[in-house]
Amino acid sequence: MVEPTGNILQVRNLSVEFKARKRVIKALRDVSLDVPTGKIVGVVGESGCGKSTLILAIMRLLAPNAAITGGEVHFGGRDLLKVPEADMQSLRGTDISMIFQDPLTSLNPVVSIGRQLIDVQYRDRSSLDSKRQRAIQALSQVGIPDPAARMDAYPHEFSGGMRQRIAIAMTIIEEPRLLIADEPTTALDATLEVQIIHELKELQRRYQCSILFVSHHLGVVADLCDYVIVMYAGEVVEQGSVRDLFHDVRHPYTEKLMECDPARIVRSTERSFPTIPGDLPDLVDLPSGCIFGARCHRALQQCAAEAPDTRTVAPGHAVACHLY
Amino acid sequence: MILYMVKRTALGIVIIMLAVTLLYLMIHAVPGDPATVMLGPRATPELIAAMEQRMGLDKPLPMQIVSFFGRVLSGDLGVDVFAERPVAETIVGVLPYTLVLVAAGMSWALLLGVPLGVYSATHPDSWMDKAAGVSSVAFIAMPPFVVGLYALLLFAVTLGWFPVIGGGQEKGWIGQLHHLVLPAFAVGLGWVGYLARLVRASMLEVLAENHVRHARAHGLPHNVILYRYVLRIAILPAVTIIGIGIGAMLSGVVFAEIIFARPGLGKLIFVAVQQRNFPLIMGTVLVTTTLFVIATTLSDILNALLDPRIRSRL
Repeated sequence: MVEPTGNILQVRNLSVEFKARKRVIKALRDVSLDVPTGKIVGVVGESGCGKSTLILAIMRLLAPNAAITGGEVHFGGRDLLKVPEADMQSLRGTDISMIFQDPLTSLNPVVSIGRQLIDVQYRDRSSLDSKRQRAIQALSQVGIPDPAARMDAYPHEFSGGMRQRIAIAMTIIEEPRLLIADEPTTALDATLEVQIIHELKELQRRYQCSILFVSHHLGVVADLCDYVIVMYAGEVVEQGSVRDLFHDVRHPYTEKLMECDPARIVRSTERSFPTIPGDLPDLVDLPSGCIFGARCHRALQQCAAEAPDTRTVAPGHAVACHLY
Repeated sequence: MILYMVKRTALGIVIIMLAVTLLYLMIHAVPGDPATVMLGPRATPELIAAMEQRMGLDKPLPMQIVSFFGRVLSGDLGVDVFAERPVAETIVGVLPYTLVLVAAGMSWALLLGVPLGVYSATHPDSWMDKAAGVSSVAFIAMPPFVVGLYALLLFAVTLGWFPVIGGGQEKGWIGQLHHLVLPAFAVGLGWVGYLARLVRASMLEVLAENHVRHARAHGLPHNVILYRYVLRIAILPAVTIIGIGIGAMLSGVVFAEIIFARPGLGKLIFVAVQQRNFPLIMGTVLVTTTLFVIATTLSDILNALLDPRIRSRL
């Protein structure tokens, strides 16, 4: 199916709130982003900026104490926030698939990996044997040695890297149009990270799927993604192509984020770890004006008074900052 | 896995032997020897000596224990000198009543408690969950003999729906089933609440684990996730507890057996201890300990079959 806009996923003004002990945490506010068909889009930001909330909201898998208070999520010509739960369930694992952060806990510990790989094909009317073959093929594609013999093994018999490959094998079987990956390499060491990133690139190249890739590792994002979305405290502060973001940084927060990237620190002679002074704003009682204003090193007088609109500074490059 | 089963069985045998030895020592620490009790205050020392010899009480204690185990291996539990018949025969006569009562009590508790727990966990804070929570605690708190007495008063005496006493020994299996209903209700009620609470808690814990969200993200149907992916993990603590529970119930049903005047192992032990009937005490305790060990061993093996992580650690 060809998307009329060329975007497989369009998120518009998505807002999510959590209720915790009578307090309302405004976790996401007016988040808008596009995932162009066949492209890889990275979402970056420090912990607690709402990255995971964003993708769980898209998948409609938020915890019961969370509520989507506004916005639209367009996928395949439909607003995912309006489709019935049964339709949403049939989209998950066919059109949209997901890889989670912690491979050690995302597979079921008491069901064999073969069974889990067969279970995700439950919609398929083909025979059990052909589903089994499909699973074995997917395992060999992600580099599990001797996959046929490993089908009856359980998750605890595999290392973390292998388990993440098995999770990727699940998405290979599903051949989704959109893959959402939530920090899929964060729990792995550096060598494995490179391998998993390679598998994701392979997946994208072979099946032409689009990927929404959440990470706080800027190096990986620069390597893998076509577009980058920078989030801060539940808002999108800057978005653009990888080139725009890494060579023409606009938003002061993005600037600071780049400075904090460990890869740069190693290259510099300084041994001290740069940090962004100040804390994340209170998401219960939001500050007036710019959300980053209190921590911003280039703040203007108007920053504390009014929130900046998102402005397009170059084609495809948008920033929410009063400086532009 | 086979090795594990062999190891568990061996361990079970050691536990049985230790338990029986311990009991033997404890009985001998209790004042009042069986020969005197049996023969009454006017017994002559000669008569008592002859009786002790018949019961094997004249030999040194370690010898008594060793010869007891020796005889057990050949299927001989000794002779009940009071009733003048083999202990094994007495036990076999009442054992089925206890086994059926325990099986019935635990089965209905399982069939009601587990689904109740699953429902509560999947509908937390619904009115059904709250109602189930309150009644579960009430069921657990009520002693089985109180439940038994009130059930007896209401359903047998006042309403007359069920027979008041006995195990229906002289009746056919339908009659025995009729006799079984109230005692099984009394011994199982606390377990309904207990299992419902246990399953609810462990199910909620498992439902919050990452792999459940992972399965949802892959679009697996709700029922597959619940029954194939979640319940299989959530039931593990319940399996362990049921194993122990069945063992404890074997002698714990003594209340029900006395209230409903049913023949059974619990009542047999009770009477044997009152009479200082050593061979019968030893026989009944050996049988209950063995059944206890069998129940817990089976539940351990079932746990290992359900959870590959336990299997791999063996």
